[in-house]
Amino acid sequence: MPRYRVILVHTTAAAMRGEAVLNRAGLGVKLIPVPRNLSSDCGLAIRIAAQDREQALTVLARERVEIAGVHDME
Amino acid sequence: MIYLDYAATSWPKPPEVLKAMVDFLERAGGNPGRSGHRLSIAAGRVINEAREAAAECFGSGDPLRVIFTPNVTYALNVGLQALLQPGDRVVTTGIEHNSVMRPLRELAKTGLDLVVAPCDPTGGIDLDALRRLVTPGTRLVVANHASNVVGTILPAADIAAISHHAGALFMLDAAQTAGVLPIDLKTLDVDLFAFTGHKGLHGPPGTGGLILGERVDVDAMRPVFAGGTGSRSEREQQPEILPDKFEVGTPNGVGIAGLAAGIRHVMAHGIAAIRSDEMALTAQLCAGLTTIPGVQIYGPGSPAARTATVSVTLAGKSVSEVGWRLDDEFEILTRVGLHCSPATHRTIGTFPEGTVRLAPGLATTPAEIDATLRALSAIARG
Ligand SMILES: Cc1ncc(COP(=O)(O)O)c(C=O)c1O
Repeated sequence: MPRYRVILVHTTAAAMRGEAVLNRAGLGVKLIPVPRNLSSDCGLAIRIAAQDREQALTVLARERVEIAGVHDME
Repeated sequence: MIYLDYAATSWPKPPEVLKAMVDFLERAGGNPGRSGHRLSIAAGRVINEAREAAAECFGSGDPLRVIFTPNVTYALNVGLQALLQPGDRVVTTGIEHNSVMRPLRELAKTGLDLVVAPCDPTGGIDLDALRRLVTPGTRLVVANHASNVVGTILPAADIAAISHHAGALFMLDAAQTAGVLPIDLKTLDVDLFAFTGHKGLHGPPGTGGLILGERVDVDAMRPVFAGGTGSRSEREQQPEILPDKFEVGTPNGVGIAGLAAGIRHVMAHGIAAIRSDEMALTAQLCAGLTTIPGVQIYGPGSPAARTATVSVTLAGKSVSEVGWRLDDEFEILTRVGLHCSPATHRTIGTFPEGTVRLAPGLATTPAEIDATLRALSAIARG
């Protein structure tokens, strides 16, 4: 398993909201600049621990934070 | 000094609001969403907290559908211009502020079919007459939630139902009611909800917003303003996703930080408690006014049908003289004239002279209302 997953979102507002709802759900989150190999978007992405993937996606869907992709990251 | 101009803006602001603004400049001074560093992220977090506070305060499920604007006037303009096309039918009311009336009159120059539903002399609306005017195919109904001149509360949920029955969207100008009346957007079923930050929400000037409901087809709207958002920088077209579609340029982070603190302040106080205090002040004010010879009170009689904003005239005195004497001799601050709403003054029969508007609010005390009544009695006598 990779160490991290990187969740891409469409807006900074979504990254901020995503961070807040995942924090409230008790998940460890870090906002990172979108890795240039994943997207040319120069915004922020949400990095979570690899094993939290399903739970994080469930929380984001419930809170209506639309995501643009999930990628593995070492 | 007695401050009775809450309908224009609230004063003084809660200390938390000032503190949040200073904190923002000291600790969160980055440009939200423009750079990825810690100060930029700190600024973004503050703005997210404000979005969440606004969504919670108004019972809207999705903070990402809260769009921050410089005030309600911008929110109304963005909503109207984004949505409306020449030929669209729009129905509004006879108690609108110029921040609704003027943008609609501008759009009417290029073919908007604009209809103004008349209101009665207390500012109330005849729902049957409205229903007849909101014909099938009407694009939008726009209403003031409460008059900024006479305080009359319009039945937003009923107007929403009439709008939706005809297939129209419903836009509410909540300038006078946000933070003053308990508002639940799910119950009211408002599609475009416009609010300002500096009145009942006790935030600073330069803040406000537009909340879009699920019925609104965002893809079919024009962006109105276009520009940098920090997102999708590779594209030269405006992003379609909310809130970026309508939030361009560096936001007023310091103001939005203050707004979040203001919203949290009124929520902690309890909007239902604010409402019942203001109803008691209004009852006291109106009861006292009826005993002063020559005073005419406008608007609905029952405190339940109105906000704390009360308009009066004094027989034989110009409103400017009354307002000036209240300030100069008694240090009582009111607003006289037309209150940016010629439509309302025509409706209540006070155009073009206007009225003296007494607008108590959160920090007003019963003793201040008594002092105001004594001052008005003195002015009425001579
Ligand atoms: C009913 C109403 N609509 C709109 C406005 C405009 O508010 P702002 O100046 O904050 O845009 C006001 C207050 O001035 C108002 O009372």
